[in-house]
Amino acid sequence: MLNSTLSELAGALARGSISSVELTRLCLERIARLNGVLNAFITVDAERSLREARAADERRAAGRAGPLTGIPLAHKDIYCTRGMLTTCGSRMLANFVSPYDAHVVERFAAAGTVLLGKTNMDEFAMGSSNETSYFGPAKNPWDTAHVPGGSSGGSAAAVAARLAPAATGTDTGGSIRQPAAFTGVCGLKPTYGVVSRYGMIAFASSLDQGGPMARCAEDLALLMNAMAGHDARDSTSLERATEDYSRELSAPLAGLRIGLPREYFGAGIAPEVLARVREAIAWFEAHGARLVELDLPNSRLAVPVYYVIAPAEASSNLSRFDGVRYGHRARGYADLADMYCRTRAEGFGAEVKRRILIGTYVLSHGYYDAYYLQAQKVRRLIARDFAEAFERCDLIMGPTAPSTAFALGANRDDPVQRYLNDIFTIPAPLAGLPALSIPCGFDAAGLPVGLQLTGKHFAEARLLGAAHRYQQATDWHRRVPAATPL
Amino acid sequence: MSWEIVVGIETHAQLATRSKIFSGAATAFGAAPNTQASAVDIALPGVLPVLNGAAVECAIRFGIAVGGTINRRSVFARKNYFYPDLPKGYQISQYELPVVAGGSISLAVGDLQKIVRLTRAHLEEDAGKSLHEDFHGMTGIDLNRAGTPLLEIVSEPELRGAAEAVAYARAMHALVRWIGICDGNMQEGSFRCDANVSVRRAGDAALGTRCEIKNLNSFRFMEQAIAYEARRQIEILEGGGRIEQETRLFDPERNETRSMRSKEEAHDYRYFPDPDLLPLVLNEQDIDRIRSQMPELPEAMRERFMRDYELPKEMAQAITSSRETAEDFEAFWGHLLKLTANCDRIQGAQAANWVMMQIGAALNKSGLTITQVPISPLDRATLVSRIIDGTISHRAAGEVLGAMWSGEGTADAIIERRGLQQISDAGAIEQLVADVLAANPKSVGEFRAGKDKALNALVGQVMKASRGKANPAQVNALLRRKLLG
Amino acid sequence: MPLSPDEIQRLARLARLAVSPEEGEAVRAQLNRVLNLIDEMRAVDTAGVEPMSHAVATAPGAGQRLRADAVTETDRHAEYQAVAPAVERGLYLVPKVIE
Repeated sequence: MLNSTLSELAGALARGSISSVELTRLCLERIARLNGVLNAFITVDAERSLREARAADERRAAGRAGPLTGIPLAHKDIYCTRGMLTTCGSRMLANFVSPYDAHVVERFAAAGTVLLGKTNMDEFAMGSSNETSYFGPAKNPWDTAHVPGGSSGGSAAAVAARLAPAATGTDTGGSIRQPAAFTGVCGLKPTYGVVSRYGMIAFASSLDQGGPMARCAEDLALLMNAMAGHDARDSTSLERATEDYSRELSAPLAGLRIGLPREYFGAGIAPEVLARVREAIAWFEAHGARLVELDLPNSRLAVPVYYVIAPAEASSNLSRFDGVRYGHRARGYADLADMYCRTRAEGFGAEVKRRILIGTYVLSHGYYDAYYLQAQKVRRLIARDFAEAFERCDLIMGPTAPSTAFALGANRDDPVQRYLNDIFTIPAPLAGLPALSIPCGFDAAGLPVGLQLTGKHFAEARLLGAAHRYQQATDWHRRVPAATPL
Repeated sequence: MSWEIVVGIETHAQLATRSKIFSGAATAFGAAPNTQASAVDIALPGVLPVLNGAAVECAIRFGIAVGGTINRRSVFARKNYFYPDLPKGYQISQYELPVVAGGSISLAVGDLQKIVRLTRAHLEEDAGKSLHEDFHGMTGIDLNRAGTPLLEIVSEPELRGAAEAVAYARAMHALVRWIGICDGNMQEGSFRCDANVSVRRAGDAALGTRCEIKNLNSFRFMEQAIAYEARRQIEILEGGGRIEQETRLFDPERNETRSMRSKEEAHDYRYFPDPDLLPLVLNEQDIDRIRSQMPELPEAMRERFMRDYELPKEMAQAITSSRETAEDFEAFWGHLLKLTANCDRIQGAQAANWVMMQIGAALNKSGLTITQVPISPLDRATLVSRIIDGTISHRAAGEVLGAMWSGEGTADAIIERRGLQQISDAGAIEQLVADVLAANPKSVGEFRAGKDKALNALVGQVMKASRGKANPAQVNALLRRKLLG
Repeated sequence: MPLSPDEIQRLARLARLAVSPEEGEAVRAQLNRVLNLIDEMRAVDTAGVEPMSHAVATAPGAGQRLRADAVTETDRHAEYQAVAPAVERGLYLVPKVIE
C-alpha cells in the first residue's frame, strides 16, 4: 500500500479497500519509524492527522468525497497552517504558530486531504541541500550520508521514503525540482501566478511558486487540480479558467518537438547524469518525438542574475522579522536598534544573513543600477531566449542538476560552488515558466538522476503528459530507496 | 543683506476610503489599539497586498483637479527602513513612476493669485503609531493606522516665506476636501504637512541647503515653524556657518525646531519595484468616467459667481472657501432668484451678502458648521426676498433671522406674528409725518435755517411713532417734500 | 571592487544584523566571492532592454487588479498577539523609541 501512487490510493479509498484512517496510520507509523533517521518532518501532529482522516472517511460515507478526499499528504513548513507550528526552517519562527492558513493549505483542506505534518526545508527556502535548516538537515533516503537537495528537501525525502504519498513544495530557483531529482521523485514548478502565494512565506516574490511533489506525473496532475487557481489575495495570481491538469496524460508523443539547448549539455555535468538524460531523451525520440538542437545563449547568466534578484527581494521580504509582532526576540539588548540587530543575528542562520547582506548591497544607493536594474534587464534577455526557443520546440529537456545528490557537508564553506549547482533550475523561474523533474535512472552509487522538462507558459498539462508517457514505459519512479525499504 | 526664504511642502492626505490601501481592514479613527490591524497590516509571514480601487480613484480625482498628468502606468515600490511602526520593514509607496505628475494649484497671496506648481502626487501606505507613555520604559505600538491610504503631494520649492506656505497648505486643504478625497481633519492627522525650508541671498539662482521640518499638524504651527527655521538658518549663515541637510521636528511648546536624532543616520531606502504588485495601469474609460463625476472646482465656481451672479470677488472667494459653503450658497441663490424674479442683481447681491454675514457671525458664535445651520437655504432666501420687496427693514430682518435660528418658524410666519411689516402705505406714513412735524416745531425751524442734521431727528421721531415699521426711505423722502415744499 | 570591512558593517547596520568583527572577515570573504560570480552579468550590453520586475504571464499592458473598497476584516488582535513577544493593553511593546 505504501508504495502505491496517489492515484492508486485514491482508487483504493473509493473502492473502500482501505479507509483514510488506516492509510493515515500506516503513514504515521512509518514516519515514527523513519523520521529519526531522515529528519524529513519538523512537525507531526498524529492526533490532528487522525481527526482529519476520520472526517474524510465520514465525508466519503456521506457521498461527498472528491478525488483527493482521505489522501494523507505533507506540507513544506513554508506554508502557514493555522494552529500549527510554521517555522520556515528558521530559529526566527521556531515558536511561530500561524493564526491563518495559506491558500494552498485551504485548497487541500477543502479537497479533504489529511495533513501528516510539516516538512523540513532550508531556512527560508535559501539553500539546495537542506543543510541550512535550523532543525538540522533532512537526509537522502537513497543514502543518508547525502543531502536530499533543497530547499524542499524534507518534502522530497518524505515522498521518496514513502512517508507520504505526496507533499507540497515551493520553488524559487529549483527548490522543488532539484530535491525531486536528488531523491528520485517528481516535482513540478508551475507557471508563475498559477498557484497562489498567499500564506507561503516569501523568499523572492517575483520567483516563488508553490508546486506539488509526488511519485509520478499522474499524481502531480491530480495535486495541481487541487492547488492551482485564482486567489484574490495574491495580486500576482492569474485569473484563468479552471484547468484539468490530467487532460493531456494520454496525448501522443508523435510530433512532439523537444528542444535541447546546447548549454544544458556542456561541460561541468557529471558523465553519468549526462548519460541517463541522453538515454531518456533517446526514448522520447524512439517514441515519435523530434529533437531540436537550440541555444539559450543568456542562460549562462541565469545564476549571476538570480543571485542579484533573489537576495534583493529576500532582503526586503525578511525585514518583517524584527522581533516585534511574532517570532524570535533576543533576550538582552541595549536599545531598539540593538534589539533588532541581535534578534535578527540570532534568528537567522549564516546563509540567510549572507543573502540579506548581498540583497542589501545590490539595492543600496549607488549600486542599484549596476546590479539590480542590470539583473532585471538580463532577466528579460533570458526570458526572450526561451520565447524564441519555444517557437521552434514544444518543450525543453535537459538534466535537472549537474550532479546527483552530493554528500552532506560538501562545499559547505563555498557558497558559490553551491549556487552553481542550480544552473539548470534557475532559468525557468526567472522567465516564469513551468518546469518539471522526473527520475530517469541512477548513477553507479545508486543515486537518482533527474530529467527536467521545461515548457512555455501554462504548458503544465503538456509537460505532465510527456512525463506520464515516459513513466508508463519506465519504472524509475517505482523504485524504493535503499535506506528505507518497505 | 536681504534673504529669500524658499519653501516646498510635502502633504500627506489620508484618503477617505472605508478600507485600507492594501487590506480589507477598516480605516475608522479612534478604535482600540490594533483592533483594525489585519494580518496584512501587521505583516504576518506570507501575507500579500491587494490594491484598493477607491484609493486609486482618489489619486485620479486629485490629478484631474490640479491639471496634472495622470500616468497611464505607475509603479509601486518598496521603501526599506526599520521602524517599529512599519511592520513589513518597508513602506509600499511610489518612487520613479508616481500616479500623478505635475499640475498646479492657485492660491490667494494678499490681493494676488499665485500659481504654485506641483512636482508629483503618489499613493502610499501610512505607518502605525508609537505611543510613548510609560510602559515600563517601553514604547507601545498601535498598528491601526498602518496601511491607511495616503496621497503624498509634493510642491515645487516655489513658496516664498511662511505666509505663502500657509496659504498653499490652506488651498491644498480646501481642494482635497472639495474633491472629496480627504476629510481634512488635522487633529486626527488626516492632513499633515512637512516643509522643506532653505534660505538664499536675494538674487541667488541656486537653492540653499534645505532642512525638512516634520510634525506640522496645524497651519499656525506651520507658520511658526517655518519662520523660526528661516531665522535659524539665516543666523547660521550670517555667522559664517553652514546648514546641515537634516530632518527637524517642530516643538510647538518651545516654538522651535530641533534636529531629529533618530533619523540622522544616513538614509538608504533601497527603493525597488514591489514584486508583489503589478504596475498600476489606468485606461482612458476609467479616467473619463472619473472626470465626468468631478464636482465643479472652486476656481471655476468663483469665476462663475463673479461673472453670472455679479458677486464681488471677496464674497465669491468666501463662498468658495469650501464645497459645503459653495453648495449651500448655490441652493440659497437658486431659491432667491425664483422668489424675486424682477429684483435688481446688485440689490440681490447686497442682501445675500448681508444674510451671509449674519449667518457667518452666528456660526462663529455657535461653533456650528455650514451644514449645521438650522435655517434652510429656502427659508433664508425667503427672508432676503422680504427685504428686497420692502416687506421688512434690514433691522427687522435681523430680528426675524434670530427668531428663525431659534426655530420659531419661517420668515413670513415670524414677520406676521411679530407684526414686523414695514408701513409702506403712503397715506399712513403721511399722517405720521404730519403729526411729527406739528409736534416738533423746533426741529422744523432748525432744518429750514439750514441745519440738515435736524432732519435725522425728525426721521427718528417718525420711525419711533411707527414703532420701527415705517419704510425709512419713504419717510425721508416725504419729510423733505413737506419741509421744502 | 571587493567589499571592505567598513562596508560590511554598513550593510549589516542597514540590514539590522549584528555582525561581529570576527564573523565579519568570513562574511566578507564569502560576499566577495558571490559578488565575483555576479560580476559576470554586469558586463552584458543591455542598452534598450526593458527591465523585467515580474514574471507574470499576463497580456501585454495588463496591470494591477483592483480590490473593491469594502471592510472585510474583523478584529482578531487577541489571536494575532498570542504569538507576540511582548504586548500590553493591546499594544506591541518595543524598547523605547527616541525621536
